[in-house]
Amino acid sequence: MLKEGQIRIPSGCAISGIFSKSGERVCGDKIVRSIAMMHDRSNGLGGGFAGYGIYPEYKDYYALHVFYDSLAAKKKCEKLLEENFDIINLAKIPTKKTPKITGEPLILRYFALPLLVKLSESQLDEKEFVARVMIEANTKLSGAYIFSCGKDMGVFKAVGFPEDVGEFYRLDEYAGYSWTAHGRYPTNTPGWWGGAHPFAMLGFSVVHNGEISSYDANRRAIEMYGYKCTLLTDTEVITYMVDYLNRKIGLTMSEVASVFAAPFWQTIDRMDPRAQAKYEYLRNLFASQLITGPFSILVGFEGGLMALNDRLKLRSMIAAEKDEMVYFASEECAIMAIEPAPDRVWSPKGGEAVIVTLNGSDQAWQ
Amino acid sequence: MTIIDAGKMHFRQLNDKIRGMNEDVTICGCMGQRYLGCGLKGKVLTIHGTPGNAMGAYLDGGSIIVHGNAQDAVGDTMNDGAIIIHGNVGDAPGYGMRGGKIYVRGNSGYRTGIHMKQHKDKKPVIIVGGSAGSFLGEYLAGGILIVLGIGVDRDSVGNFCGTGMHGGKILIRNHLELPNLPEQVVKTVATDEEKGEIADYLREYCSIFSQDFESLIKDQYLLLRPDSQNPYKKLYTYY
Repeated sequence: MLKEGQIRIPSGCAISGIFSKSGERVCGDKIVRSIAMMHDRSNGLGGGFAGYGIYPEYKDYYALHVFYDSLAAKKKCEKLLEENFDIINLAKIPTKKTPKITGEPLILRYFALPLLVKLSESQLDEKEFVARVMIEANTKLSGAYIFSCGKDMGVFKAVGFPEDVGEFYRLDEYAGYSWTAHGRYPTNTPGWWGGAHPFAMLGFSVVHNGEISSYDANRRAIEMYGYKCTLLTDTEVITYMVDYLNRKIGLTMSEVASVFAAPFWQTIDRMDPRAQAKYEYLRNLFASQLITGPFSILVGFEGGLMALNDRLKLRSMIAAEKDEMVYFASEECAIMAIEPAPDRVWSPKGGEAVIVTLNGSDQAWQ
Repeated sequence: MTIIDAGKMHFRQLNDKIRGMNEDVTICGCMGQRYLGCGLKGKVLTIHGTPGNAMGAYLDGGSIIVHGNAQDAVGDTMNDGAIIIHGNVGDAPGYGMRGGKIYVRGNSGYRTGIHMKQHKDKKPVIIVGGSAGSFLGEYLAGGILIVLGIGVDRDSVGNFCGTGMHGGKILIRNHLELPNLPEQVVKTVATDEEKGEIADYLREYCSIFSQDFESLIKDQYLLLRPDSQNPYKKLYTYY
């Protein structure tokens, strides 16, 4: 099959998110019911979910979710993992056979911590160590793809309609405080398992509806900092830019939003001097991380969720609240399906991030 | 009148049912079904719940009444008839609309009335009771857009209002400060005569949504029109 970069397919997508500010764990079945309402926005070539707080029994370990095309790829990748990690549990991710999902790769899950000797030898902090192993596996080992490597979170994705993907991964057996979902309608690139959303790195995950015009400029910039865009799809680069700006540079999530969807210069001109100084600084320093083109994204992070539209709001996004629950979706019906009587429903403005967290702060990285 | 419980019915099936009826139709429990009332005329379609995108596209008469919020692209290219929404409406309502009316009780999203146009007796009208998002009346070529800002304590229109506007009128109640309009748009305070042109529409709006017409028409309205003396020859080339 031709993959990204080898073929161009000239779309729409659907995204949905649920967040419990109180940390109450919500059954994965709920996010499946939400995204299923927007069935017609996707075409069966990709669906996926990210859940946070889903592995309480292993919450201190990195949960590596890996696709293998072959046993040979598994052998190579496991060698790399064993050299670098203390793996305390490994198993196939439980799936349910359904005629709607076919051609699945081997899908494994490892709960692991970096080997102390390796970690101290590397002189890296723990997260950077894990990120580098992920990048090495995904760039150097053909047929192996680590698509999720955060703590107490995990990505579940496949080729198929999202509601079928949810059934395939038996998401009704998981519960988490935060869930995002994606229904794919690939436009520029073909649908394959690795190319489905969410794209994740460490605790970050991104689902995206849109098409990023600045992809190649963003890619060239982020690859200077050690990231490698292996999938040639725009959402991947957003994930790495969140990781770079938040984890490495230390920007808050709202500052990350101001970099991605920076206000226009003419809007900055009208701000008070303090705000002007801040936005000018961010625009100038992180010009290469500005995202242009239409997008609506949900960015999951440890303890939080951020919703963001491009500054022109060229994609749809609706938000709602009910007590301690917050909902986001491409269409209001996807919220109404799981919360028929919200306290408040609103449309966030273009470029105006909505950030919800467990502790009410804006920081993902502390 | 026929009542249909939409439930999880696919939009195609639901639309076929609506088209098949020779009488007014009420839909209950609507849940995101698209294209409702598309190209419809001569019927009253009442919807309870959340209709999906492109509701009333190409509407050619009759009316659609929504008890709830509507999603994106309501009344796309509609030609005639009325769409009445007792809630909010999403992005781009009245896209390329060329006749008929859209009345919204609450707020409207981005690009309300984008590229609406008029010709002879065809003059589309959109009235938004609350606030409208950015790019209100973008590329407006004809018709009337009215934003009432009822119960809105901050700006009732967003940024970039009237960008690319080259016809039609935008009236904004009680919102006389509107900085940073494009150079091609002129703003004045509407005269009594100019307000007279919207009186019938406003009276109808007020009777539908139980608003006080007399007090609303007395207020000041900012009127935006394209400046025929300053056309678009340099829009994309600043220097």
